[in-house]
Amino acid sequence: MSTLLQVSGVTKRFGGLTAVREASFVVKAGEILGLLGPNGSGKTTMMNLISGNLRPDAGGIAFENTEIAGRRPHLIARDGVARTFQLVRVVGEMNARENVMAGLAFRKSPLWGSAAEDEADRLLERVGLAGRAQTPAADMTYIDQKRLELARALGLKPRLLLLDEWLAGLNQTELEGGVSLIRSLGEDGVTVIMVEHVMAAIRSLCGRCVVMNAGAIIAEGSTGDVMADPAVVSAYLGDEHA
Amino acid sequence: MKNSPAFVIGAGAILFAALAFVPFYVDGYGLALAIGIASYTILATAWALFSGPTRYISLATVAFFGVGAYTVAVLGEVLPWPLVMLVAAINGMLLALVVGLSTLRLAGIYFVIFTFGLTELIKQLVTWYEVKITRTVGRYVFLDIDQQTIYWQLLALAAILFLVGYLIGRSRLGFALRIIGGDETVARHVGIDTTHAKVALFVLSALFMTLTGAIMAPRWTYIDPAIAFNPQVSFQAVIMALLGGVQRLWGPVLGVIPMTLLFEYLNANFPNYFILILGIVFMLIVYLLPQGVAGAVSSLRAWSRRDGKSVEEAR
Ligand SMILES: Nc1ncnc2c1ncn2[C@@H]1O[C@H](COP(=O)(O)OP(=O)(O)O)[C@@H](O)[C@H]1O
Ligand SMILES: [Mg+2]
Repeated sequence: MSTLLQVSGVTKRFGGLTAVREASFVVKAGEILGLLGPNGSGKTTMMNLISGNLRPDAGGIAFENTEIAGRRPHLIARDGVARTFQLVRVVGEMNARENVMAGLAFRKSPLWGSAAEDEADRLLERVGLAGRAQTPAADMTYIDQKRLELARALGLKPRLLLLDEWLAGLNQTELEGGVSLIRSLGEDGVTVIMVEHVMAAIRSLCGRCVVMNAGAIIAEGSTGDVMADPAVVSAYLGDEHA
Repeated sequence: MKNSPAFVIGAGAILFAALAFVPFYVDGYGLALAIGIASYTILATAWALFSGPTRYISLATVAFFGVGAYTVAVLGEVLPWPLVMLVAAINGMLLALVVGLSTLRLAGIYFVIFTFGLTELIKQLVTWYEVKITRTVGRYVFLDIDQQTIYWQLLALAAILFLVGYLIGRSRLGFALRIIGGDETVARHVGIDTTHAKVALFVLSALFMTLTGAIMAPRWTYIDPAIAFNPQVSFQAVIMALLGGVQRLWGPVLGVIPMTLLFEYLNANFPNYFILILGIVFMLIVYLLPQGVAGAVSSLRAWSRRDGKSVEEAR
């Protein structure tokens, strides 16, 4: 598999705190990569650096062999990197259809008017929100808002999709639906980086994982190997004892 | 059908055509009031065009208005009228471009203060220039433009503004602005160049403010920086727009009509307390009618015909 994203020696500091420290890893085209690590280990910061929400202090990020580190987020989004947010972000005063149209109207090949409405409804159906097009996003449950965010991200027709704890908070049935939805995205050729704590989901979806601890990458490899890695085990246990 | 573009634009055209007959039915005082209402309709609507979706409270309205008025004071007798308007438009848009690019990164109250300070700065600069370089304090504007013509020019400008506002509301740019107002981080991550979109709307809104100042200038035979850059104008435009409601294109005008009449009355009867009253009105509106009259009307309508739906949902 070819390399879609290459993160090389990326560092991000917040004042005295180094949230990401000289991180390097690759994402291969077509894979679903798990990004794991205890709370505060720098996963969300890593997602923010890739999506352009934050600018790295050092290091490079190459997407399809083009340097994107420090580029403005709207350009990265148009290049084909879409994301959801750990703390869900939807436009509350717009309805579900408009929220998805936001993802369609400003991408490289934009959709507008009735074409955008039809595509938005199709995406809503895909994430399990069929018939909810007119519901204001603010009136939706947290879980439905997460689905809505995913539909918006898919609207960008991403080649790389960043999911930050998108499965968190789902009950068992919803989790199964969510897992098969993500799997279907992978089958459509979307490359996914997913930050996740739900181990069952990671085992069933991710061929490979990258593990972070205190800002550094402590393991990268096939999911089975990484889970058995003593450094990973102690990072998680250490976190729980802390 | 009621929402089809042809219907809306047609109805708007008929309304403006009807308003063009106003000068034939009113006396001098009535015409002066109509001019006041028309000019504040443009200022408040243009203000809301940018500030409604983005929620940036700009107090720079009169900076653009004053630049328009001053362009006329300087060039009015030198160039033909259409050219004067063109120069005014360019001046206002250039100023808006510079202000927009340098300030739209500021958030909340810093933006408010900056735009207020900017107006004062421009006023002082013009004063300095006039005193030091041209050795005058004020200028006389002797242009052969009567009150009716001023009214018709304002009406035409207002018609263009409503048409432009309506088209923007249906465009990707208008949609982008609504997303930016809702959540700017989301806007950036769906591919919106937020700086671009905000500056574009800011410049467009400033264009209409500048032209209003240019059209209004011949009304004063004498202008000086204190008249052209009077901050009261900015405050009044904000109050009117907020009172009427900035979420809809036709919202601000609902605030303009009663407020023009009220301010007229207050200014005539309590000139010393006018600023104080203005401040109190400002606070009352912000506290009592955060959605403006237009928002309240919509809520009320939704409430009166609600069929099991809550007011919030129907909004
Ligand atoms: N914008 C920010 N400003 C300051 N510190 C931050 C910011 N974002 C994250 N951090 C800090 O960086 C560290 C990593 O955070 P984060 O990337 O959110 O971790 P994770 O997603 O793995 O839980 C934490 O210590 C967090 O407090
Ligand atoms: Mg996180």
